Amino acid sequence: MLRDAALVAGKDLRLEARSRVALNQIAPFALLVLILFAFALDPDRGLLARATPGLYWVAVLLCTLLAVQRSFGVEAADGNRDALRLSGLAPGGIFLGKAAAVAVQLLALEVLLGLGVVVLYNTPVGGWLLLGSTCLAATAGVAAAGTLYGVLAAGLRVRETLLPLLLLPVLAPVLIGSTRAFEAALSGAAADGWPWVGLLAVFALVYIVAGALAFGPLLEES
Amino acid sequence: MDAVISFRGAVALLGRFPALAGVDLDVAPGEVVLLQGPNGAGKTTLLRACAGLVGVTDGAATVLGVDLRHDRRAVRSRVGYLGHATGLYDELSVEDNVRFWTRAAGADPTDAEAAMAALGLDGRLRQVAVGRLSAGQRRRTSLATLLARRPELWLLDEPHAGLDNVARDLVDGLVADAVAAGATVLVASHELDRAEAIAGRVVTVSGGVVVGDTGRTPGEAGAPGVGAPGGEARRAP
Repeated sequence: MLRDAALVAGKDLRLEARSRVALNQIAPFALLVLILFAFALDPDRGLLARATPGLYWVAVLLCTLLAVQRSFGVEAADGNRDALRLSGLAPGGIFLGKAAAVAVQLLALEVLLGLGVVVLYNTPVGGWLLLGSTCLAATAGVAAAGTLYGVLAAGLRVRETLLPLLLLPVLAPVLIGSTRAFEAALSGAAADGWPWVGLLAVFALVYIVAGALAFGPLLEES
Repeated sequence: MDAVISFRGAVALLGRFPALAGVDLDVAPGEVVLLQGPNGAGKTTLLRACAGLVGVTDGAATVLGVDLRHDRRAVRSRVGYLGHATGLYDELSVEDNVRFWTRAAGADPTDAEAAMAALGLDGRLRQVAVGRLSAGQRRRTSLATLLARRPELWLLDEPHAGLDNVARDLVDGLVADAVAAGATVLVASHELDRAEAIAGRVVTVSGGVVVGDTGRTPGEAGAPGVGAPGGEARRAP
């Protein structure tokens, strides 16, 4: 299964390297979201800095929708889903590979968004270990849940509009946990943030296991 | 010797529509069988059912010894299915696509090289993104991904469509080589002259059932019923 996961992740990342959709479309979208938040809250720069954790993670979740749509969009074209079914690849491996590729792209976007909030919101940054751990745990959960709901919506004609409706409510615990952990890190009270990282890790583990088990039947139905 | 394909009254539904409405068909190892029939006759659904992509809901259906009604996934990695779509990633090069699908099937990477060479995908063409290829070149790339997997059963849906004469000859040679290597081939085509030249048997499908078969006589097991609509069997040359 891990061999299959590495193969699929490599293929998806190669597709991104060739198409540069994340670089040329999702990354500018992420920065645009930050800028629009800044326009909306500009009269109060202090409020903008205080709201940074929540705004940052809302931007990440919106980028997740685009990354997952893209991940399954390439499989919808020209019979690729049939080819995947016929390939002999383990469904669990396909799930892990696609989730890993989405996670890598999201981590790169999170670094960019981090630079964005420092520059645009003038947010002082500290608690690097907690920030990094939060990003890793939250990204794993978001990518796993996104991939699971992505394949669920993939076979539907209304997938573009259905995916946000399915996925965003599911990701609410990630938004809450990661925002609280970031608030703790940025306020210098790191000890308050680690329980939230634990919650994020549990969320990620649940969706990784559920996704690896459920991806096969869902790929059949899509 | 056991049949590679054995269908008895096989029914397959597309939604509520019975695309296969009781197919009886036996295909022996090493046979090259041409499926012919009008549009909507059920040829593509029959090929997809053999590939395990469409479920058989009634009757009996066995492919390569696998009971499709119980575990159709088990047959998938053993067949090579060329459908109307090519199953390729537009942004990846010819070489990337063939290598990916070869490795996905667990086949030897050197088979990918041999397959590309056999389909005339040499030189600079290997590095071209599939999205920039002509329809015929895409078809050849798709065939290369199948060839590298060395399937036991080839299921080809309009394999000559969109190809020039040179590429059509390549496909015919591919089928001959596959049979020589012990594979079985089921090919659906509207280009009867060319397809009949490579097929030793012609099966006519209409309305989701087999209505003609040059390899069976009426009354024989697996043969179409006497008096079935359009059931006059054609003789292969």
